Amino acid sequence: MIAELFAGVSTRARVLLVLLAVVMLAAPLVLDRYLVSVLILVCLAAYTGQAWNILLGFAGLLSLGHALYLGLAAYISAGLYVHFGIGPWLGVFPAVAVCVAVAALLGWLAFRFRIEGVYFALLTIAFAEVARIGFDHIGFTGGAGGFFLPVRSEDQGQWWNLRSGPTFFYYLALLLAAGAFLLCAVLRRSRLGHRWLAVREDPEAAQALGIHINRARMSALLLSAGMTGIAGVFQAFYANNLFPSQIFDISRSIDLILAPIIGGVGTLFGPILGAFVLAPLGEVLISITGAIGLNAPGTKALVFGLFLMAIIAGVPTGLWPRLASLLRLRSVGR
Amino acid sequence: MTLLAVNRVTKRFRGLVAVDNVSLQVDAGAMFAVIGPNGAGKTTLFNLIAGVFPPDTGTISFEGERIDRAAPEHICQLGIARTFQIVRPFAELTVMENAAIGAMLRAPDMDSSYAQAGEILRRLDLWDKRDRKAHGLTLPDRKRLEVARALATRPKLLLLDEVMAGLRPTETDRMVEILRGINREESITILMIEHVMRAVMALATRVHVLHHGATIAEGTPTEVTRDARVIESYLGAEAFA
Ligand SMILES: Nc1ncnc2c1ncn2[C@@H]1O[C@H](COP(=O)(O)OP(=O)(O)OP(=O)(O)O)[C@@H](O)[C@H]1O
Ligand SMILES: [Mg+2]
Repeated sequence: MIAELFAGVSTRARVLLVLLAVVMLAAPLVLDRYLVSVLILVCLAAYTGQAWNILLGFAGLLSLGHALYLGLAAYISAGLYVHFGIGPWLGVFPAVAVCVAVAALLGWLAFRFRIEGVYFALLTIAFAEVARIGFDHIGFTGGAGGFFLPVRSEDQGQWWNLRSGPTFFYYLALLLAAGAFLLCAVLRRSRLGHRWLAVREDPEAAQALGIHINRARMSALLLSAGMTGIAGVFQAFYANNLFPSQIFDISRSIDLILAPIIGGVGTLFGPILGAFVLAPLGEVLISITGAIGLNAPGTKALVFGLFLMAIIAGVPTGLWPRLASLLRLRSVGR
Repeated sequence: MTLLAVNRVTKRFRGLVAVDNVSLQVDAGAMFAVIGPNGAGKTTLFNLIAGVFPPDTGTISFEGERIDRAAPEHICQLGIARTFQIVRPFAELTVMENAAIGAMLRAPDMDSSYAQAGEILRRLDLWDKRDRKAHGLTLPDRKRLEVARALATRPKLLLLDEVMAGLRPTETDRMVEILRGINREESITILMIEHVMRAVMALATRVHVLHHGATIAEGTPTEVTRDARVIESYLGAEAFA
């Protein structure tokens, strides 16, 4: 199946892809702890970017509340670990299941009552806001004061509990990013993927060709939510602290979607390229603003925003389509 | 054998009666044309058959089965495909992908969808443009793509809404030839709305004339073009295009 994926991909692109894989696999051997932590952010952003891209880039539904699934899964897996000793490899299942169930509820509401476009986006924000406010008041997971996973030295090395060093987290994040990329590549060629694209382009025309609009949209929503949930579990055990005001915040939802927007919505490489541009940029901005003593809150967000505006004004379809044609990577046919 | 039966169907939009108590029967294998002046209710009739909205009164049956409350995707699955008068290509997808999305309704997998799509694009003279994005096509090509995409779903009944509009005479003749081929070789029944009388006369086995939503005549092309009411309300104004 993997070989099939590369049918119609130019040799140039294959070489670059293999090169990227080798570099990413070898990175922790040569990079220091800090740079590895930056690469973890890159992989995670690429992963969540693919998940979100399925919804907007493939199925044409704009979610501005994906932090909901990140936060829900993070809290559920952390709660199960802290209170019941259930490790994340097991906890990920109920966590993802809840994300999928909540997404199903959201989808049912939206599709049943024909909430589309901007209103769909508003509904996703509303769901995330309800969760943010709700988790502020759930004492079981620490409420607004935050929820903390114990970091004990005797637990270190328990990879089965995700109590490991950065290298382990790095390879896990890389696996997620690579897996999401392959999954999206398969989906893009599948019947389901074609249904999504048709519904994205013109729901009424898709319907006239025998495609069930709401089923197509629902499947994209559930998959996207479930995938984002997995990132939430990772996030909980990587950061070891959760605050409703952070993980469910709209700014987190925006963070999740920047990589595919910068890289190119609806493309397979956009989320990856976007992640490579954005995560390091964030780090660079933090160190520069820190170095010149510019610690006013919002400086990073401001520069980030300006950068985003520049890219969107310059290449509205994202960096990847431009880069791909520069490198002459466009494949022919399907 | 009657493939499609529209029985005393009426559709109102607020005060306006867009389709007024219309009945028609399309026999299997026919080339059935619906003509009439602008606003006569032709496209509304197609929308009723295709399930975009249900009729206020009356029934529609396909192969003896009631379809007047069925959803559009279900009607397509049953074997009725339609084109849109105002074309609706999947703009950001290639011509090939557009056709393959139609073909995947009945193809066992995507490879055969693409293979079938390729055959249909050849048939519609779109093969050379298969890798272009649909938004880059000229209007005549978009009209062809509408037909290709609908045809790709392997329908028993093909609803064509003014696919000749905007074509030059030579292109019209070519489309006539293509449609005749589809009808004869694939034995696909065609129900078409057409203003281009040159095409209607060349193709139609039967013509149904609507005016202000109501039927004013039905018969063979020659019968209809001699009908006094048809000449007065439609042909007189539009002449033989
Ligand atoms: N969805 C709708 N809502 C309200 N009115 C409509 C709708 N669709 C059609 N109409 C009205 O119904 C009448 C019939 O329109 P229809 O599009 O069926 O005509 P037509 O015969 O296809 O005309 P044309 O030759 O211009 O395509 C028109 O007056 C039109 O404005
Ligand atoms: Mg019309």
